[in-house]
Amino acid sequence: MSTLIEGLFNGISIGSVLLIAALGLAIVFGLMGVINLAHGELMMLGAYATFVVQNVFKPLGEPWFSFYIIAAIPVAFIVSAIFGLILERGAIRFLYGRPLETLLATWGVSLILQQFVRSVNWLLIICLGIFCLLFFGGMQLLKSRADWESMRTKIVSLLLPLAAGVAIAFYFLLSQNSALTNAWFSARNVDVTAPAWLRGGVEVLGFQMPYARLFIIALTILCLMGVYWFLQRSAWGLRIRSVTQNRTMSSCLGIPTAKVDALTFALGSGLAGIAGCAVSLLGSVGPNTGQNYIIDTFMVVVVGGVGNLLGAVIAALGIGILNYLIGSGTLALFLTTISAPQSMIDFFLFFATSSMAKVMVFALIIIFLQIKPAGLFPQKGRTAEL
Amino acid sequence: MVITESIISDRQSTDLMLQVSNLNVYYGESHILRNVDLSIPAGQMVCLIGRNGVGKTTLLKTIMGLLSPRTGNIFFGDRSITKLTPDRRAKSGIGYVPQGREIIPRVSVKDNLILGLEAKPEGRKSQESIPEEIFELFPVLKTMLSRMGGDLSGGQQQQLAIARALMGKPRLLVLDEPTEGIQPSIILEIEAAVKRIIAETGISVLLVEQHLHFVRQADRYYAMQKGGIVASGSTAELTQEVIQQFLAV
Repeated sequence: MSTLIEGLFNGISIGSVLLIAALGLAIVFGLMGVINLAHGELMMLGAYATFVVQNVFKPLGEPWFSFYIIAAIPVAFIVSAIFGLILERGAIRFLYGRPLETLLATWGVSLILQQFVRSVNWLLIICLGIFCLLFFGGMQLLKSRADWESMRTKIVSLLLPLAAGVAIAFYFLLSQNSALTNAWFSARNVDVTAPAWLRGGVEVLGFQMPYARLFIIALTILCLMGVYWFLQRSAWGLRIRSVTQNRTMSSCLGIPTAKVDALTFALGSGLAGIAGCAVSLLGSVGPNTGQNYIIDTFMVVVVGGVGNLLGAVIAALGIGILNYLIGSGTLALFLTTISAPQSMIDFFLFFATSSMAKVMVFALIIIFLQIKPAGLFPQKGRTAEL
Repeated sequence: MVITESIISDRQSTDLMLQVSNLNVYYGESHILRNVDLSIPAGQMVCLIGRNGVGKTTLLKTIMGLLSPRTGNIFFGDRSITKLTPDRRAKSGIGYVPQGREIIPRVSVKDNLILGLEAKPEGRKSQESIPEEIFELFPVLKTMLSRMGGDLSGGQQQQLAIARALMGKPRLLVLDEPTEGIQPSIILEIEAAVKRIIAETGISVLLVEQHLHFVRQADRYYAMQKGGIVASGSTAELTQEVIQQFLAV
């Protein structure tokens, strides 16, 4: 009995991490059809945002510090959503319907974001600010000119090197100041300490359930319910469903599709931020944190059936439980008790480490996709149903 | 003298609901619409006729903003909408019922209707209800509000598409072959509904149609051939000869 509960709990707990990481992608990839390889980096930004919130709350002392994680969730959501919005407005909106280019562009963005957290310091922020102020401010000023359309390329090709030049000049001018050039995070991993009430666990039938894991499960359920409510009940949710199902007709009905795209992408990115906040409780946070999750999240969305939230839920739980059963050796142990053939037991014992379990799960997914190429719940068109 | 002239031109511009001038549209390098001129007087129903593939749907798509013309201008009321995106055109008062109806499939009939409210200039309010007139025009919709839009039959979808376009209280209704592939009794229902809409609300209608009985309901007709307008006039003058020339296969 205890083994069963332990297996189920651990499986659900791995599954909930997968699910919360995949939820944002289920929207961005599933609903919008955008292959966003920077999704893991948006999670990483959420994790770093949690780290920053923790450091802000630390000097406030005890009663406050215990609740920093609650404050970190919306902050992580907003930080990742803003980065997602910039990504959508700056790059992805030009690439809708071109999956290969999107793939390359978002991969490039993921590399940029990784290096960004390694080398970000006040000087970099100041220079970026100067560049944005000069370039976008200049564009805004010149937009009112009557001959804007015809002059556009000329103005951009003049303004871009000018603004970049000024920003780079500032960079070299101020680079002597060591207070400005201290990296915020550096390339080393940082640690998010769980508040006291998330350490330890509750004992059920002789088995310890860590509070941090329970917290992640609860957070996943909350996010899931929030997303469901937003998509099914809210006015913007109806617009999002309409645009994902029939873009042309939606625009003819008066729905601002560009706005809906930006909002959908920001929502998916923000959910990645919350996922980053959750995974920061499980281990240290580094520039490569996102890379550890991106493959798993795509796996969940593909197995679940693109565009299907319920599919993603079942796929995440299924992959999580399977992963645990194989990885912890529970399956091998079970086969021993029913005195299965020795070769079979050896086979499962061979896969009874966490990395080998991943290999096996991956192989099983490949076989599964041979049988059902469109995932658990294949759907016609790009639609969202829970 | 000058003053009277300006008054006349003013009146002309306000009396025309839609004015398309010198429109040229290309798909890639192939020239689809050639110098198309068309105007719809306020409160009138104008019918566009022609065989398959002469560019009728292309013209409607260009009016809606789904295709952008290489040259030419589109005026709606007294302002140019040539550069506006489809959603801005819809908000300025054009209701579009496309060929193939384009109902949002996995959204309920009620939500499909509510999406029609997006076209209202002030936007959709949180308090959403479907006015009773819609159900008076299309009683069948009232019984299927909770069904998925994609599960309806062709005729029901067509009625839903017209009802959805009316939800936004448009000033111009653009109908692309509303009777295509629909059983005769439903065609008569749709015809009666469109006539009733015009009588009650006084909106203008641009109709693309092959069904002759429906064509005769219009005030004016334009006939298209090879991407250009080749004949126009009042539908009363629409003789068998003209029909033979532009509609018969």
